[in-house]
Order: sequence, then structure tokens, then C-alpha cells
Amino acid sequence: MMDEQSSTGDQSLMDDQTPMAEQINDNKIEVQDFDFYYGDFQALKSLNISVRRNQITALIGPSGCGKSTFLRAMNRMNDTIRNTRAEGIVLLDSKNIYDEDVDVTELRQRVGMVFQRPNPFPQSVYDNVAFGPRVLGLAREGNGLEEIVQESLENAGLWHEIRHRLRDPAFGLSPGQQQRLCIARTIAVRPEVILMDEPCSALDPVATLHIEDLMRQLAEQYTIVIVTHNMQQAARASHWTGFFWLGKLVEFNQTAEIFRAPHEKLTESYITGRRG
Amino acid sequence: MSGTPKQDFGLFSNVLPSTRLRWKGRVEFVIEYLIRFAGLSTILIVGLIFYFLLREGTAAFLDIPLRQLFGNRWYPIEDFFGIWPLIVGSILVTIGAVIIALPLGLTTAIYLGEFAPQWQREILKPLIEVLAGIPSIVLGFLGWVALAPIIQQMGAPTGLTIFTGSLILAYMSLPTIISISEDALYAVPKGFRDGALAIGATQWQTTWRVILPAARSGLVIAVMLGIGRAIGETMAVMMVTGNAANIPVLGPDMIFQPVRTMTATIAAEMGEVAQGSLHYSVLFWIGIVLFVITFGINSLAGRLMGTQAGRRRKGQL
Repeated sequence: MMDEQSSTGDQSLMDDQTPMAEQINDNKIEVQDFDFYYGDFQALKSLNISVRRNQITALIGPSGCGKSTFLRAMNRMNDTIRNTRAEGIVLLDSKNIYDEDVDVTELRQRVGMVFQRPNPFPQSVYDNVAFGPRVLGLAREGNGLEEIVQESLENAGLWHEIRHRLRDPAFGLSPGQQQRLCIARTIAVRPEVILMDEPCSALDPVATLHIEDLMRQLAEQYTIVIVTHNMQQAARASHWTGFFWLGKLVEFNQTAEIFRAPHEKLTESYITGRRG
Repeated sequence: MSGTPKQDFGLFSNVLPSTRLRWKGRVEFVIEYLIRFAGLSTILIVGLIFYFLLREGTAAFLDIPLRQLFGNRWYPIEDFFGIWPLIVGSILVTIGAVIIALPLGLTTAIYLGEFAPQWQREILKPLIEVLAGIPSIVLGFLGWVALAPIIQQMGAPTGLTIFTGSLILAYMSLPTIISISEDALYAVPKGFRDGALAIGATQWQTTWRVILPAARSGLVIAVMLGIGRAIGETMAVMMVTGNAANIPVLGPDMIFQPVRTMTATIAAEMGEVAQGSLHYSVLFWIGIVLFVITFGINSLAGRLMGTQAGRRRKGQL
């Protein structure tokens, strides 16, 4: 683990220099022995993984390997699917989100989610971004809401493109803009973590790069976990990478390490395109 | 020689090619004409219905001045053929039914579509279908035996009132409203739901602020078709509205007065009139008015449905 410092120039990746205790505190999310079932089918098998604060963690693996299921387990969106069961512990700032006293809506405000296909509501651009603050009672019209909308759109890199189209229907935007609108909608409620479920799979290459740039900026304020099918994307845009295979986390390490010298044979054959 | 693979012509595979083709052509021809006949006959029948309505009804507005036809008195024995009380009766009963059925139907659909656990849905949905299958005369019977006495005990002069009719009609149009609005809710893309929930909206906030607005036009159609069902209903209404052809006096107890609807009038008096008489022709005239009203409602619903489809194509829904 020590030799990787020399190979990676990125400052934020030098976690190994920090003392052990601080390193643990630096985990935004910590998953311990987590299992997940769809009916009788076990989709996740005794998962252990730590998500670092203010870093981008990428989850890769073939379709059906459980990476999206795991993503949705971190804000309990899986609760909306019938006949599912979760076992184990997911600590968000050392509080288990599966405890009975957890308010799921509050959890989802703290852990936002961006979906595979851009899913703006059939409303205006403004109303889309204002939706979260409104339902959560964070701000009202004439009392901070306009500012939140503008700030969120700015942080999503969308403000300058569409500030004159705030009252237009969100469906009029291009897919790339719609996805950034969905990111703006997510950060409008000031989350701590943003989960992204293949956010670029419905976008063209230019829009994809746009989103990746945006992710790097957002990582300064937020902890980001992204599921991706695109190996280059994981290599380009993440600090940490986890490789999933058949519901298990095969390997988890710093991205440079995973792509340069994977420890597991399975990881190597997957990222070089021989498996999957 | 590899040769071309033998094509399999099913039924005719063992017949000579030329014969085979001739047979295929004939079968195609017959099937095509059968289908065409079935399709055209529907149009023909609708056309014939309208033709006979007009033919039998024209005498009414040729012989009676229009002012009298839409007059306030329906007293056919003394040649008063004012159908205004009947139109008012139909409209009042229908409005009452809509006022009752609308909140009940929409909330049931929302509950079924968004909130109910699977096992309740499995019980409720077949039950609603059973409700749709109850013959109207049975519901009318229920209104007569069970509902009317209760309403009379509540202090109404008679139990056979607008309210009784509205209540029975509401329950008749409920299955239509519920199943069509549930379809409309179901058609709302899952992404909207997920998007709202993932932000931290509650189930109800998601339903109220995202799902319902997105399903709006479908819900309007559900209500329109429910109204269409209610206004054309005959037997149940005839049994429970009292059939007094008077215009209810405006007031708080208005809904507890008896009325007579257009449909009930036709059904009740058709057997008694002499064929070809003026009265007979006026009954057909009522049929024309009713036809126009339901046609109007249906085409409005159709237009709404059309705009909804159009908006979907443009990706705005």
C-alpha cells in the first residue's frame, strides 16, 4: 500500500499519511457485513466498504453484479421495491441508517441521488430545482428560494446556459442539460452525499465530460459515489474504485492502484476487457 | 448441391405451388372481406341509429314550436311537451353523482395506485370489477329498498330524490373513474416517483406534487367518462328519483326533491304511447337531445385524450 504514493500525484489521494484514527473519521459512509435480498435471491453478500468524505468513489462491475443495488441501499431507495430485505450495517457519520429510529425522508435529503436517465419533473426548470426546498420547507418564495435555485444551478454549471429559460418546461432542455438539472435539483436540498447511478449512460460524450468535470467540482463539497459501466470514466473521474462481481466486492482500492496493478485476477481480467 | 432450404407453407405445404398460391389468395380474400364487413357494420349501425332517431323525432320539432319544446311543463296527456324539467333533472342527478363520485373515485385510485400494500390491492381490484358488473337494476333495487327509507327518515318528504339517484349513480360510475384514473397514475413514469422520493419528499408529497399533476389529463378523462356513464343511465335512476317532472325549487333542501330524468322518461313512457303520435315523436326528440349531450361529453374526452397523446409524442408529459 505504501508504494502507491509515488505513483499518484493527486494530493487528495494521500490518505495513507494520515494517522489511523483520523482515517476512520474520514469515512463518510461505512458499510459492515451488509447483505441484501430480492425475495430469496441474495443480491449483495456480506459487503464491507468505506466511502471517503469529499472524494469520488466509483463502483464498477458487470450488469447485475449488485452495484446499483448497493448504491440504492445507501439512501434506502430499495425500500420502495416490494419484497426486499437488508441485513447488516450502513453507517452514515457513525449512525446506522437501517436503525428503526431513522427518518427515511431525512436520510434521503442527506444522501441525494441522480438517476441513470435524466428524470426532471414535467414542470418548469425553476420548479424542478425548487421542488426539494419547497417540500422540505427549507425556503419559500421571496425568502431565499430564488437564491437557492440560482446557487444550485450555478453549482451544476447550468445557470449561464438557462437563466433566461427558468420558466420553460424542463423537457425542452437537451438530455445533458436535463441531467445537470437533476443534479441541481439534488444539491438544492444541501445533501452531504450524492449517489449517481450511471448518470452518463444516456448522454453523448461531450455531455459526459461535462458531468465528469462537474463531479470533480462537487467533490469539494460533497461525497460522491458513482456507479458506472464505463471503465474509462471510473479511471478518469474517481479517487476510489470498487469492483463488484456476483454480489461481492472483489476489490476496493485507490483508482490508480486498481487500474495500474489490480490485486485480484478477476479485477484484472474485467478491466482489461476479458470478462464481463 | 446445397439447394435452397425448403420453405414451409403450413397447411398447403403438400400441394402444388400454383394451386397453393391460388388457395392462399382465396383465403386471404375471404378473411379480408370478413374483417372489412365487421368493421364497416359498426359504422353502419351508428349511422342507422342516428337516422332513425332523426326520422322519428323530426315530427316533434316540426309540429311543436321550439319554445314550447324547451318549455317548463311536461304533461304529455294535455299536449304539454316541455322537456326542460327533464334536462334539468338529468343534469342535477348527474352533477350530484359527480360531486360524490369524484373525490371518492380519485382517492380510491390514488390509494390503490400509490399507497395500498399488495394484498389489499389484490382484494380491492377484483371487488371494484364486481361493482362494475352489478346490473343497474340491482343497484336501483338496493336504492329503493335500503337507501330511500333512510333518506325519508332523515326528514325528506319522500325517499325518492335527486340525492338518492346521485348516490346510486355515483356508485355506478365509480368503477369507471377508479380504473381509468388508476391507469393514468400507473402511466406516470417511475422516474418521477423515484426522483421525488430521492430528494426526501414523503409519499404524499410525491403523489400530490408530482404524480397527480403529471397524470392530470388522464384523470380528467376518467371523470368525463364517468359522467358519460352517469348521464346515460336509466333503470336505477328511474327507480329511485321519484320521476316527478318538475323543476326543483332552488334552496338548501333542493337535493331532497324528486325529479325525472330524460332517460327515465323515455323508458317509462315508450310502452304507453301510440306509435307515430306526437308524444311518440317527442320521446325520440328527447333521445336526440341525450345523444347530442353524451356525444359532446365523449368527444370532449376524446379531444383531451388526443392532446394528451400529442403532448406525449412531443415528450412533454
